[in-house]
Amino acid sequence: MTTMQPDQATALGLTRLGAPGGGFDPETLDGTLVSDPALRPPFVLGNRDFHSVTNTICGWIENPTPKWWMPAFAVASGIAGLGTVMIVFLIITGVGVWGLQNPVMWSWDITNFVWWVGIGHAGTLISAILCLLKQKWRTSINRFAEAMTIFAVICAGTFPGIHIGRVWMAWMLFPIPNSNWIWPNFRSPLLWDVFAVGTYFTVSLLFWYMGMIPDLATLRDRAVARMGVKVRLGPIGLPGMGFLDNITNKIELPLNTVAAYAYGFLSMGWRFSTRHWHNYEKAYLMLAGISTPLVLSVHSVVSFDFAVSIVPGWHTTIFPPYFVAGAIFSGFAMVLTLLIPARALYPGMKDFVTARTIENMCKIITVTGSMVGFAYMMEFFIAWYGGNTFEIQAFVRRAFGPYWWAYWIMVSCNVICPQVFWFKWARTNIPFIFLISILVNVGMWFERYVILTTLSGDYLPSSWGYFSPTWVDIFTFVGSLGIFMTFFLLFCRFLPMLALSEVKNVMPQANPHWSGYNKGHDTHPKHAKSGGGH
Amino acid sequence: MAHDHEAHHASPAAGPLWGMMAEFHDPAALTHAAEHVKQAGFVKWDVYSPFPVHGMDEAMGLKPSKVTTIMAFMCVAGFSLAWLMQWWMGAVDYPIPVAGKPLFAWEQAMPILFESSVLFSAFGAVFGMLMLNLLPRWNHPLFGKQRFLRVGDDRFFIAVEAADPKFTEASVRVMFESLGGTHIDRVEEEA
Repeated sequence: MTTMQPDQATALGLTRLGAPGGGFDPETLDGTLVSDPALRPPFVLGNRDFHSVTNTICGWIENPTPKWWMPAFAVASGIAGLGTVMIVFLIITGVGVWGLQNPVMWSWDITNFVWWVGIGHAGTLISAILCLLKQKWRTSINRFAEAMTIFAVICAGTFPGIHIGRVWMAWMLFPIPNSNWIWPNFRSPLLWDVFAVGTYFTVSLLFWYMGMIPDLATLRDRAVARMGVKVRLGPIGLPGMGFLDNITNKIELPLNTVAAYAYGFLSMGWRFSTRHWHNYEKAYLMLAGISTPLVLSVHSVVSFDFAVSIVPGWHTTIFPPYFVAGAIFSGFAMVLTLLIPARALYPGMKDFVTARTIENMCKIITVTGSMVGFAYMMEFFIAWYGGNTFEIQAFVRRAFGPYWWAYWIMVSCNVICPQVFWFKWARTNIPFIFLISILVNVGMWFERYVILTTLSGDYLPSSWGYFSPTWVDIFTFVGSLGIFMTFFLLFCRFLPMLALSEVKNVMPQANPHWSGYNKGHDTHPKHAKSGGGH
Repeated sequence: MAHDHEAHHASPAAGPLWGMMAEFHDPAALTHAAEHVKQAGFVKWDVYSPFPVHGMDEAMGLKPSKVTTIMAFMCVAGFSLAWLMQWWMGAVDYPIPVAGKPLFAWEQAMPILFESSVLFSAFGAVFGMLMLNLLPRWNHPLFGKQRFLRVGDDRFFIAVEAADPKFTEASVRVMFESLGGTHIDRVEEEA
C-alpha cells in the first residue's frame, strides 16, 4: 500500500488511467468513461489506499470550515428564516394570505408538496433500487442523495401541515385518541398520503442513519485520537465580522472532545465486528428490499390525491406511474444540482464521484424524462380517444388555455431538455449538466403547477377563474428552498458525505483475492481498468 | 512485540484479562487467519474490519442472520395492526357514512396496510439489527487499545476472548504468530 499524499496519488492515477502517453485523455476524461463494456473502470481514482480514503472523506468534516461555507450558510439560513416568517404570518393571519380561491383551492402549497416529495425519491432509488441491482457506482453518491431525501421530505411535509387552515388542528391528520372520540376517514386518499409520506420519511431516516453508524464510529475513533488537542476558533469568515477576529482567534475550544462524545453517542458503540457486520449487511439488504416497493408506492399514493377525485384531467390511471417517473427524474436532477458544486468545492471528491457516475445519472435523467414525455403524450391521446368532452376540454385548456405558458415551460424543460443527454459531449460537460439539472427541476415544478391549475376550469364555466400567487405564496416557496439548503449545508459540515465503508468495499484492495499492485514481478502498478470490487 | 508502548493509552490500572488481539495486513491475510481460528475450535472470537469483508461470514462459519425473522414478525404485526385500526376506527368506533360506500373494505385499506407493513419491517430491520448486536453499548475492552482506533480506517484485527473454553494466553499468541498476525497484545477489561 502506498504512503503517497492523496494529491500525488490522484495525479499518478490520472496519468495511469489516461492515454498511453500519459496526461489527460479527452475521450475517457478521468479514465472512467471507457466505451468497451469488457473494461470495468475503477470506482475510486487516484491510486488511493483505505487510509487516504478515510483521510479525504473525514477531512471534509475535520479540517477548518471551508471559506465559502459560512457565507453560504448565512444566506441559506436567512432565506429559511424568511420562509419561517411567512409560515408564522400564515398561521396568525389565515390561508387568505395565499392566492387560493374558488375554484383553485389547491395551488402552490400542494405544488411545492408534490415537487419536494418527488425530489426525495432519487435518494431512495439510489440507495435501495441501485443497491439491489448491484450498481456499485452508487456508493459514492448514496449518502448524499439519502440526505437530500430526508431534507426534501421535511420541506414537503411542511406544506400539507400548513395548508389545512387551522394549523393547530394538524394532529387530526393522525389517528390519535382525542376527547371528541372521532377518527380520521381511512377511505380518503389524503389519509393514505399521511401514512405514505410518514412511512417514507421514517424509513428513509432509518436507512440513512443505519448506513451512517459505521462512518460515525470512524469519526469517533479519529476524534478520540485527537481528544487532548484543543481547536482554535479562528476568524468567523463572514463579511463585516472582521472586528471580532482578535477575540475569536484567541478562543480555544475542546471541540475534539465534543466530537468524540457526539459521534460516540450517535455511533452506538459500533466496533466494526464481523458478527455485527453480518447482521448489519442483512438488515441493510432487507431495508433496500422493502424500500424499493415503498419508493414506488409513495408517489403513487401522492398521485391518488388527484387520481381518486373526479376532476377532469386528474381522474386517470396513468397518474401513479407517471408521478413516480417524474419523481425520479426530478430527484436525480436535484442530486446533480447539489453534487456538481460539492464535487468542485470539496478537494478529492472527484476521485469518488467520477465522470462515469455523473454520466450514469445523466442517462437516468434521459430515461425518466422520456417516460414523463411519453406520459404527457398519452394523457392527451387518451383524453381524445376516450371521447369525454370535459377531459378533452381540460387538456386543451392546459396547453392552449390561460396557463399555456406554464404548460410549454413544462414541456420544454421536461421533454426537450433531457434529450440532449443522448450526446456524449452533453453528458460529460459539467457546467452544461448543471444547467440542465436546474431546468429539469423548474420543469417538474411547473408540471405540478399545470396539474393543479387544471382546477381553474372545472365542470361549471360560471365558476372558472384564474389563479395568481401572492407574495406570501412566493416567499414561502423560496423559504422552503432555504430550509432545504440550511439542512444540507449542516449535513456537509458535520456528517460523512460519502459512505466510507461502502466506498472502501468497492475498491480492489477490499477483495480478499486481490494480489496487490506491487506484488509479484510486475513493478509497475497493475492497470486499474480491470479493478473495481469483486 | 509482546507489549506495545502505545497499547495502554487510557487506563494504566488494567483489570482482568478480556482476551488477545492481533493485527493483520489486509483482507486476504484476515480471511486466511479467520479460517484457521475457526478450525482451531474457538467459539468466542471475532474479526474486526473497516468494512464487511467479502466471504468472511463463511470463513468464520456464521449462521444466517436472524434479522429476516424479526422483520417477518414485524411485517405481520404492522399489517395486522393497520387492518385492525382501519376496521375498528372506521367501521366500529366512529363510522362515517360517505356516499353509501362500505365502511370498511380491503381495497380501500390496501395503501395503509402496505405502508404500515413496510414501516414495521423497517423498525424490525434496524432495531432488530441493534438488538442482535447488543448495541448500543458505549464501552468495550477493545476501545482501550490505541491501535484499535484505526479499525474504522484501514486496520484489520482478530480477537479471541479469555472466556473461550480453549483460551490460554500462550496458545493464542502462538496461533496468531503462526498466522502472520502482528502487534499481538493482551486486552484487559476496565479495572
